[in-house]
Amino acid sequence: MTLTKSLFGAATALALTAGAALAEPAVIYDLGGKYDKSFNEAAFHGAEKWAKETGKKFRELELQTEAQREQALRRLAESGANPIVVTGFAFSDILNKVAPDYPKTNFVIIDSVVKQPNVESVVFREEQGSYLVGMLAAMASKTGTVGFVGGMDIPLIRKFECGYAQGVKAVKSDDKVVGAMTGTTPSAWNDPVKGSEIAKSEISQGADVIFAAAGGTGIGVLQAAADAGKMGIGVDSNQNYLHPGHMLTSMVKRVDVATYDAFKAGKDLKTGVKVMGLSNNGVDYAYDKYNEKLITPEMKAKVDAAKKDIIAGKIEVHDYMSDNKCPVTID
Amino acid sequence: MDYASIIEILDSTVRLGTPLLLACLAGLFSERSGIFDIGLEGKMLVSAMMSGAVAAVTGDVWLGLLAGIGASIILALIHGLASITFRGNQLISGVAINFLASGITVLIAQSWFQQGGRTPSLSGGGRFHDIVWPFADQIGRIPGIGPIYQNLISGHTILVYVAFLCVPLTWWTLYKTRFGLRLRAVGENPAAVDTAGISVIRMRYTAVLICGVLSGIAGAYLATSLSAGFVKEMTAGRGYIALAALIFAKWRPWYALGSTMLFGLLEAISNRYQNIDLGVIVLPVQFMQALPYILTVIILAGFVGKAIPPRAGGVPYVKER
Repeated sequence: MTLTKSLFGAATALALTAGAALAEPAVIYDLGGKYDKSFNEAAFHGAEKWAKETGKKFRELELQTEAQREQALRRLAESGANPIVVTGFAFSDILNKVAPDYPKTNFVIIDSVVKQPNVESVVFREEQGSYLVGMLAAMASKTGTVGFVGGMDIPLIRKFECGYAQGVKAVKSDDKVVGAMTGTTPSAWNDPVKGSEIAKSEISQGADVIFAAAGGTGIGVLQAAADAGKMGIGVDSNQNYLHPGHMLTSMVKRVDVATYDAFKAGKDLKTGVKVMGLSNNGVDYAYDKYNEKLITPEMKAKVDAAKKDIIAGKIEVHDYMSDNKCPVTID
Repeated sequence: MDYASIIEILDSTVRLGTPLLLACLAGLFSERSGIFDIGLEGKMLVSAMMSGAVAAVTGDVWLGLLAGIGASIILALIHGLASITFRGNQLISGVAINFLASGITVLIAQSWFQQGGRTPSLSGGGRFHDIVWPFADQIGRIPGIGPIYQNLISGHTILVYVAFLCVPLTWWTLYKTRFGLRLRAVGENPAAVDTAGISVIRMRYTAVLICGVLSGIAGAYLATSLSAGFVKEMTAGRGYIALAALIFAKWRPWYALGSTMLFGLLEAISNRYQNIDLGVIVLPVQFMQALPYILTVIILAGFVGKAIPPRAGGVPYVKER
């Protein structure tokens, strides 16, 4: 028994050292898919940027089903990948369980906090970026009604919605915000048909600018807005190029920077909680050649002023996740 | 709730109910002939992918539609081969088709377009556009019936009208033609049909093929009318809802229209009103989303009439020797 045990231990040690020699970083994409034109794709771009700069390789895995989470994580950890970046809140429980088993591997989770000594938790101040695009929406809206379409109904998406609504009300306090969530299961991230229906329903309620924070579902939302001659706001990645002239802006969340930083740090990754907000360019609104005609200099000046005030702490944007409540009303 | 929002919800009901209706009629043909088909979801999915891909490449939505129907027919034939010729278990074959479709769509789309299993966005001739009926604007100004004509009847894509025409057509085929009589008989008592000198195998293959065509149209409608391109798993369970609607409709065409539109209406309402305040209680949106399934369970439990499937459904036919 003891012999088997020590042999086994030796084998494990060998495997570990062999793995450590490889030490390629890895990233696991969540169910929305690597090319969701949004959240996961941003992580991919960050990883790719790192690979291009260093000429090294990284490993990646795309989840197909919920059940693969733990298996994928363990497989990468056992193969010696370090650090391992996982995208999405849905990983938090699994990571909390798996991380202690691989104390020498560093993990990075984006969008959630996992309290383990070898995990870096990257969270974004989505409410700040959403606040800015909300201001732009209110300034661009002619009807006085703006829309929001969320993906899966989770507190994180409510946080987007709440920040957005606060930005809208900050510009015009009597503007109406109509909000809807696509669903309560992960399939809500991949249902453009439903997204387009919800967008149409919001347009019929008067909305002429719609913010989609819904992964793959958002493609349907933005398409419906463009088809109806209204404007859409993208999320996570810069999606302005999707429908030029009908994309007011995008609320960019620099998942790519988070991934890039983690890859760059490699084994020297600093664990703990890392907050990325307006002050350190973690979130922002997108302004480029596709939407420069839609955003007037006055609008830009106003938003940039608000951005400064938020960074300076003069404007406090309420975080929905702190108390699961939103100070402004959403219809 | 004002009149305009009611019209808007009904309009949305028609859009959302159409793919269910097409898939439901597809299932109706198949199941009436005695072949259970839980692979509707998979057939819709491959059709959505192929129609999106071909429409994107050629810029012609009609070619896309044909390709979608073709892809769906291939899966229908696989199902037919497994469950008619080889007398395999129809449920297992259906499940296999769903899995196959789920994987193969992403695989093909990815190797074709390198966009992570989605097809490029369609525009212009690559999509079915809304057809505006004559004088829609003028008639739309008449209060009362005007908006019904302008928004509800006019302004859908051609596939919606095709789907609605399929209902009387299915009814007529099923109840007024010799083919329909034989089809129903083959699902109830194939031995009797065989005794009369009609090939059970051929009848069932024909039914499965019709099922493939109709679910192909349903899938193409999702990718080229409701949205502009294919996204992985975009059917999002609509094939299963269609099956539920089929049971709800007790395998009859006009009832299928009613049940699919009811399910479309439930979805439209849940899209529009997230939480419904009834004064006494607030109905959460989750309840509305689960309602189609709850209704089906109630039907199956026999609370609202009895749903009796075709008697020979799910049983492979073995010719007596």
